[in-house]
Amino acid sequence: MSDMRFTREHEWIRVDGDIGTVGITDHAQEQLGDITFVELPEVGKSLAKGGEAAAVDSVKAASEVYAPVSGEVVEVNGALDENAALVNEDAEGKGWFFKMRIADEGELDDLMDRSAYETFVKEQA
Amino acid sequence: MTSPTDERPAGAREGDAASCPAAPETFSGNRGLDIEEPLLFTLGSSQKTGVDLPEPRGLAPRLDGVARRGPIGLKGLSEPETLRHYVRLSRRNYAIDSGIFPLGSCTMKHNPRLNERVARLPGFADVHPLQPQQTVQGVLALMDMLSHWLLTMTGLEAVALSPKAGAHGELCGMIAIKAAHEASGEAERRRVVLVPESAHGTNPATAALLGYRVRAVPADSDGTVRAEAVAEVLGEDVAALMLTNPNTCGLFERDVVEIARLVHEAGAYFYCDGANLNAILAKARPGDLGVDAMHINLHKTFSTPHGGGGPGSGPVVFSKALAPFAPLPRVVRDGETFHLVEHDGRADGGGDTRQRPFGRLTAFHGQMGMFVRAMAYMLSHGSDGLRQASEDAVLNANYLRASLRDVMSQPFGDRICMHEVLFDDAFLKGTGVTTLDFAKALIDEGFHPMTIYFPLVVHGALLIEPTESESRASLDQFIASLRALAEAAKAGDRDRFLAAPRLAPRRRLDETRAARKPVLRWMAPEPARAAE
Amino acid sequence: MRYLPLEPEDRRAMLARIGVADIDALFADIPEAVRLAEPLDLPPGAGELEVTRTMERLAARNTPAGSVPFFIGCGAYRHHVPATVDHLIQRSEFLTAYTPYQPEIAQGTLQYLFEFQTQVALMTGMEVANASMYDGSTATAEAVLMAQRVTKRAKAVLSGSLHPHYRAVVETLAHFGESTVVALPPAPETMGGGEAIAAHIDAETACVVVQMPGFFGDVFDLSPIAAAAHAHGALLVAVVTEAVSLGALTPPGAMGADIVVAEGQSLGNGLNFGGPYVGLFATRQKFVRQMPGRLVGETVDADGRPGYVLTLASREQHIRRERATSNICTNSGLAALAFTIHATLLGEAGLARLATLNHESAILLAEALSTVPGVEVLNETFFNEFTLRVPGRAAALIDALAEKGVLGGVPVSRLLPDRPDLADLVIVAASEINTDADRARYRDTLGQILAETTS
Repeated sequence: MSDMRFTREHEWIRVDGDIGTVGITDHAQEQLGDITFVELPEVGKSLAKGGEAAAVDSVKAASEVYAPVSGEVVEVNGALDENAALVNEDAEGKGWFFKMRIADEGELDDLMDRSAYETFVKEQA
Repeated sequence: MTSPTDERPAGAREGDAASCPAAPETFSGNRGLDIEEPLLFTLGSSQKTGVDLPEPRGLAPRLDGVARRGPIGLKGLSEPETLRHYVRLSRRNYAIDSGIFPLGSCTMKHNPRLNERVARLPGFADVHPLQPQQTVQGVLALMDMLSHWLLTMTGLEAVALSPKAGAHGELCGMIAIKAAHEASGEAERRRVVLVPESAHGTNPATAALLGYRVRAVPADSDGTVRAEAVAEVLGEDVAALMLTNPNTCGLFERDVVEIARLVHEAGAYFYCDGANLNAILAKARPGDLGVDAMHINLHKTFSTPHGGGGPGSGPVVFSKALAPFAPLPRVVRDGETFHLVEHDGRADGGGDTRQRPFGRLTAFHGQMGMFVRAMAYMLSHGSDGLRQASEDAVLNANYLRASLRDVMSQPFGDRICMHEVLFDDAFLKGTGVTTLDFAKALIDEGFHPMTIYFPLVVHGALLIEPTESESRASLDQFIASLRALAEAAKAGDRDRFLAAPRLAPRRRLDETRAARKPVLRWMAPEPARAAE
Repeated sequence: MRYLPLEPEDRRAMLARIGVADIDALFADIPEAVRLAEPLDLPPGAGELEVTRTMERLAARNTPAGSVPFFIGCGAYRHHVPATVDHLIQRSEFLTAYTPYQPEIAQGTLQYLFEFQTQVALMTGMEVANASMYDGSTATAEAVLMAQRVTKRAKAVLSGSLHPHYRAVVETLAHFGESTVVALPPAPETMGGGEAIAAHIDAETACVVVQMPGFFGDVFDLSPIAAAAHAHGALLVAVVTEAVSLGALTPPGAMGADIVVAEGQSLGNGLNFGGPYVGLFATRQKFVRQMPGRLVGETVDADGRPGYVLTLASREQHIRRERATSNICTNSGLAALAFTIHATLLGEAGLARLATLNHESAILLAEALSTVPGVEVLNETFFNEFTLRVPGRAAALIDALAEKGVLGGVPVSRLLPDRPDLADLVIVAASEINTDADRARYRDTLGQILAETTS
């Protein structure tokens, strides 16, 4: 999965053409524990890199999810409304949050690849 | 204990069997005095009532077109059924009257019944907030007396009695600060409130409600805030510092006087969260520490009952600088007559029209029922008793600390604490037992757990506040159980903890399920709804 | 001191275990310069008897509502509360419990709050309700904040029907919270839904706040206002200050309200000179995560048995800190318990009858007072409260009535002193507590005072 990029705030983005799919990492869902609710952005909302994009609640915590790059939201994962547990079950697959049209592909270069992210997580621990 | 399911954690049954033979499952689902009580909606009916009201006269209504047409859906019970329903429910609660309630930062002290009795005197309980003032002179005199006591104890200048709870008091104090900055023309540039990381969540939430940005103040390695750390983050953009003292780690902020000086020098105000006043009452006065505004939780320090989560009462005391901005209403004494000042027009704004009450925080005049109780508590203690109470509260906390320090772990080393003692979960490291498990095991031992996971700055925090209401015998019992549990955890007796509680009316509840698919009310079963 | 269990011998032994010489050593962190050396300048402690005497002396200087013909409302109402209510709320296990943070040993509190939430949702005609707020006025301010979060708009339009204290609370929070309020003036001539509020709703409006029954006592259909609000994407916040009215009136939820807040004091709770009371807060399911305050939800325990927990805490300050939906940390637990017990005793049939009796009491009072020369009842419609126009200053008249042992209502000038045009109005409330004799006494005393002042 070489097309996946990661942020220091534990978001991932998978790029397909000019569309990026965004979610939180498996490590992040593990830290949060049982996820109870995901607040998704509105389709059409334009996001700035590093700006608040979504929010995720667990029983004991609430976290903001930030946009890995700038762009416009084109689709959200409606399945999470019904079943937030998808994020626990498959954070980097079925538990995706939203898709965005990437405004500036150059911003992807600032993000980590998987091995860099894994090293980053280890250093944090 | 038996169970119809086998989903509970492994070890629960074995643990029981080792000590005594399992009790047989009962046919009713009840277990001796522990009686299962259904929801009132499945007990009651729409026709049944527990009150006898006269027949209406049948007058022509004057409700225009908005008279109710459909049923409400309420269920009623007769009087004996009502009593039984709530008495049974009551027996599923732990309470301070039944044992130590050592919740850190909550000050669960004895609630004297004298206070309940006098609060129910018709002259207090049965007076309307908008009666003509000449018919409520005794109420106003009591509010004036309470104000006098609060100001004497805190060494401050003015008091607002109306805030309804601690967080409401915080809001009151912070609004007064913002009003003062508005009056001096500095509100536009002072947009930041300093809050230590260990602060209670209401502090940043209150600041945010008023449009302030929160800037964290780091704590020192000893758990307190150093004056240098405050100096570092102070600036011309700072409106106020919100500091809890004693702080949420149970420690007195030793630099507080210097911190207050720095805050004032920077043109900001010092808001003190008075949640922990019980430690220093009659030992030090917040006014002498440089505080500009502080709320006082009457339901903590002055023993008005917590009532399962309110009602509280959170009067706010103000320094001279903030006094003109205190909200309405205010009680003003004029010889033997008391006036309730409800409107700005008659308030003494002095020559400077900007120096005026900031407005109103609530309908009417505050939690009068709590004022009466708190006043009875204060009169009972008096100057000497209040001091003794603070000393005993601090003594009890340190006695717990000294009796537990060898088996539990303290995040900031073994140092004298104020009215509450903070442990972390280092002593549980490698045991497979978490702070939560440890707390739940205390339930099986017959105790209410301490505050856990607060303050957030300490890993796996366990915050214990015994208050002055506990006897030495009670503390010794609690200590013995805590020691035994700590030793059991270290000895590898994990099952005792992971399956706890086993002896409470309910075992651990599934909070994830509750939050994922919230069920917040009873709904009539489908056929019944169709029939309505 | 009777509340302190430690004996001098205990204190000595405990200090020894701690390893300090005296109690002062435990306070060494307090800088010496600010440590109090002298006792506070307050009287010494007193026994039960002495404290009782002091309190009884203060209580005796007030006129209890129950001792005179009593007709005051305006946001707080005197009703008969069954004896069972006060007995039950004084059960140790309710009175002296904390917020139910350990649900395994707090099912009593959690279950009654779940039942309370259900009753409030039913009475207001809404889908969900929270576990209570401080009171009706603060619940109203919280409703405005919630509407601003839901709509992401900053402006609130307040009807003139809103209790002036409630309006002041909203205005305080709006001013210092940096949002906008448009408050329409209270106007008795617009009673019955005649206020031109729709004209003030625009694309910036988060919510319209309307009280029903209104401040002047009138009842009216909220539906047209709801429609006007919804047409602009704004919410309707309905405010109810007299919860008993919900037994007789179409619930706000059925008239299009998006948030219903109410003062619940009327059920189970005494007048207490204004507090503690209990705020009711109800809304639609889809807004539940924007709701302020505590919520109790149903779940199961590890053995699969039903139980209750505090839920959706991630909205709250202790988790979300500066991003919380509200800074509120508590509810009004015991006052909510009183409310729910009274509602259980009444049931559907009892609440409906109680509401009817209140309405009839007001009809009889309006008829009686209309017979007094110079006195005019302004309301076409009302539930248990209405507005009188009297000759001269209403405040002086109410004081004169009080001198003669009748608590006859609230002069509008008490709440709106900056409105001299309303200085001849009195808001009068009636309830099931009033007897024929009370009404006759009010009518006769009023007539007598007016005859004296005009002659």
